[in-house]
Amino acid sequence: MDENILLENFQKKVDAEIKVEPKDWMPEKYRKTLIRQISQHAHSEVVGMLPEANWLTRAPSLRRKMILLAKIQDEAGHGLYLYSSAETLGADRQDLIEELLSGKAKYSSIFNYPTLTWADIGAVGWLVDGAAIMNQVMLTRASYGPYARAMVRICKEESFHQRQGFEIVANLANGTPEQKEMAQDALNRWWWPSLMMFGPTDDNSPNSALSMKWKIKRKSNDELRQDFIDRTVQQAEAIGLTVPDKDLKWNEEKGHYDFGTINWDEFFEVIKGNGPCNQERLSARQEAYNKGSWVREAAKAYAAKKQVSKAA
Amino acid sequence: MSQNEKTNWPLWEVFIQSKPGLSHKHVGSIHAADAQSAIENARDVYTRRSEGTSIWVVPANAISASSPDDEGEFFEPANDKVYRHPTFYNIPKGVKYL
Repeated sequence: MDENILLENFQKKVDAEIKVEPKDWMPEKYRKTLIRQISQHAHSEVVGMLPEANWLTRAPSLRRKMILLAKIQDEAGHGLYLYSSAETLGADRQDLIEELLSGKAKYSSIFNYPTLTWADIGAVGWLVDGAAIMNQVMLTRASYGPYARAMVRICKEESFHQRQGFEIVANLANGTPEQKEMAQDALNRWWWPSLMMFGPTDDNSPNSALSMKWKIKRKSNDELRQDFIDRTVQQAEAIGLTVPDKDLKWNEEKGHYDFGTINWDEFFEVIKGNGPCNQERLSARQEAYNKGSWVREAAKAYAAKKQVSKAA
Repeated sequence: MSQNEKTNWPLWEVFIQSKPGLSHKHVGSIHAADAQSAIENARDVYTRRSEGTSIWVVPANAISASSPDDEGEFFEPANDKVYRHPTFYNIPKGVKYL
């Protein structure tokens, strides 16, 4: 069939809100965009385990430690749901992992910031997972079926992540003056990088239009960022913390908060690989992968051996 | 075929029964060296919150599927047989339990 007719039919289907499934015809660019986006998303879940793992052995109580372990295990699971959905588009799992390990693939720039104090674990759950949820709730309605379904699972689990993070920050904010200061310090450091998670402003985001047309995305970066700010400011106020933005002000007319200018130079520097922890994250992943090679080989050898004894 | 095939564990499609009495439903896929470890990996990945009472794993390459390109003609035979539905039939007023 003529490519233009196929493309037209594809768009009609997307406009009619009929999900695209793995074996359906799709434009090559749609496939490529999705593989890139889904695998970056998967890599982010996997690398996202590292800043949290930093506090596992120093969690302040057994309760906190168990929660953090469960959360980290969820992140691994989210990575696997996403790799599995990228594979339905014809991507090879091993290729994707190698792209991450070689530094070729990107992941969310937020995970290149360090978790310096226990309060940072709270801030990561509250702000970083909170920002991720805004994006992921939108993606539960993505036009590609396997991606949307993975997002539904992920969203169900993320809300626990955000609430446990907020609980950590709220407890510290209601604690001793030192604890409150620690909570405020974490908010100060994580606020702006969290706003950057939504990506460049709309006028600087060239791929967004096509993603919206194909209903991979349904809200622009700026819309999602605004939604996040509008929700989060009130949460900070409720626990007596101050959002570190002197230009933050409720705009009655717009029904939204006005906020200060984001430091995009910092954002692009971190993406380029010059964030505080880029090198550390990558080497941690490489080390984990290399140290796990004997497990992968042993499991294969065992499976092969069982196959032989079954045949005999 | 990818050059990495030797390092990739085979792919399994995962089906989970959420409660006794219900059908198993496809939830995603998993890589594992053999069926037993596929079931264990599927448990860890897809049932961390008691979502399942039973798991099936099937080698992904063992599944055959209808083709979306022929969807129209393939399912066409069922489209003009409205008399297969109970609502097709006229029942006199006042008749119950039918």
